[in-house]
Amino acid sequence: MTATEVLQGRSWLWGDDVNTDIIIPFRFKARTNDPVEMAKYCMYGFDPEFYKKVKKGDIFVAGKNFGGGSSREQAPVAIKYSGVTAVVAESFARIFYRNSFAIGLPALEVPGITKEIEQFDEIEVNLVDWSVKRLKDGRVFPALEVTGFLRELLREGGLVEYYKAHKSFPWERLAATTIG
Amino acid sequence: MQQSILNDDSLTFAEKIISARAEGGEKPLHPGDITVLDADLVMAQDSTGPLAIKVFNEMGVEKLWDPSRVHLVIDHTFPASDEKVANLHNLVRQFVKKMGCRLVEGSISHQHLLENHLVPGMVLFGADSHTSQGGALGAFATGIGSSEMAGVWASGKLWVRVPESIKINLLGSFRKGVSARDVIARFIGEVGEDGGNYKSLEWNGPGVRELSIASRACISNNSMECGCKLSVFEPDTTTREYLHTVNRAPLMEVYAGKKATYKEEFEIDLEKLEPQVAQPGNVDKVKTVTELQGQPLDQVFIGSSTNGRYEDLAVVASILKDHKVKAGTRCIITPASRAIFEQAIDTGLAEVFMKSGAVFTNATCGACVGTHLGALGENEICISSSPRNYVGRMGATSAQIYLASPATCAASALEGKIADPREYL
Repeated sequence: MTATEVLQGRSWLWGDDVNTDIIIPFRFKARTNDPVEMAKYCMYGFDPEFYKKVKKGDIFVAGKNFGGGSSREQAPVAIKYSGVTAVVAESFARIFYRNSFAIGLPALEVPGITKEIEQFDEIEVNLVDWSVKRLKDGRVFPALEVTGFLRELLREGGLVEYYKAHKSFPWERLAATTIG
Repeated sequence: MQQSILNDDSLTFAEKIISARAEGGEKPLHPGDITVLDADLVMAQDSTGPLAIKVFNEMGVEKLWDPSRVHLVIDHTFPASDEKVANLHNLVRQFVKKMGCRLVEGSISHQHLLENHLVPGMVLFGADSHTSQGGALGAFATGIGSSEMAGVWASGKLWVRVPESIKINLLGSFRKGVSARDVIARFIGEVGEDGGNYKSLEWNGPGVRELSIASRACISNNSMECGCKLSVFEPDTTTREYLHTVNRAPLMEVYAGKKATYKEEFEIDLEKLEPQVAQPGNVDKVKTVTELQGQPLDQVFIGSSTNGRYEDLAVVASILKDHKVKAGTRCIITPASRAIFEQAIDTGLAEVFMKSGAVFTNATCGACVGTHLGALGENEICISSSPRNYVGRMGATSAQIYLASPATCAASALEGKIADPREYL
């Protein structure tokens, strides 16, 4: 599975410091290994019915420090399998950010974005330009640049797909070219 | 070349350990640089391990890069609370059997690694956020997710970005009733829950001498609550004495250079520090116990990987001894490892707990994550020495969790409301 280059959808607006206990509580995520089941508890801390309300193709737009707390990869997995195609945030917590790329969920850091997007605005996330567009007036908000290999990882759909295609991990190729 | 990096006066602890341990280890690296580290020790637990196993199988990898370095720890819901958990535990056990790696059951991962394997200079990747605890011994220890863990299982390596560093100088000595937990709570209250995001917290100053390895482990563990990548204490006399008692030797001793550049510097005077309490919902809504005392409580939870070590239990026992937990309030005490549980039996602490009316459980992450042995119901109010008080963390979405030191929790158990431990010590 390769990620589409331009994602278009309706925004779900969230505040600052949305942590992984809110995104998927431990007691649910620790009782299944099935991503479809995990998606039923997506954003449970805010709304246990969220999974019924979210539509395929929706996009999260959040404040600072999205995904703080636990290392649980079930958090981005639940978001991805709920139908959400990308997460745009003012900033991300460290492990959530790494996990998103590792599972092929685009995570774009756009400072100030929550002041520009309203709930259910139609927006476009461009994975080539690495930017977000507000469709009602066409205004584009560039995301903070990320290291090339993370973008490549995303294009290939995450670590599983990457490994299947290359029989190696992105960091093994990094080691060979000694960057830094 | 590695020696010249270790002698470089301009590098922080994080810059130095990453530069020295990076493939090649030939040049000093700086914040923002990305490099690759070889893992010495890796760990996944029963709620991140099953997903890592699934990913590992999907990748089609046949074997682990080094089974002797791979630890699977069944700790979060141990022993299994129900059939769904039991099935995932068995997935972990079968994987360990097939791969020939290490299985640990019934001790919390971070404490198990500290008690048995960790040494200064190691590179530890753990599929659990509180892996940062390993910084207590001067190791590079950080949390990652399940897919990256599967990648480390296969390759033995992982990419890391060199973090900016924050220096915290500790001054003075603790007053009665104040402990390591109050230090880190005060710090998180000051910088906020993303105040250390992507950063290395580096603990320095004469006050560090006050801190046992257990106290450092509490701080390094709980530092994750401000988002840090590392939270480290350089090896010192206390570290060397500890390593001597457990018969282990450092892999590499790393000390920050005297001219190192820090993004921020803080100072905490232990002498002036009071018992701290975080209010429900966010770890950074921190006040002094004086401001919150009197708040009625349904439950008190003492333990977890943050504060379930022997020194924590000893303070709790000194407060509970010859007293009873207030009727109408439950008190649950959970040690961080089997070894600590046994020590609590041998020294009589277990008896003190049971006679006080508290419940003394096996080592597990149970109540902290609301999975078993102390989950909260609707609208219940709890004070806990565990690391998080987020919505739904310990059970019902409407439950409210205050966070405090073991001493503050123990005093609160006697009164059935938030209480000042200084009146009981």
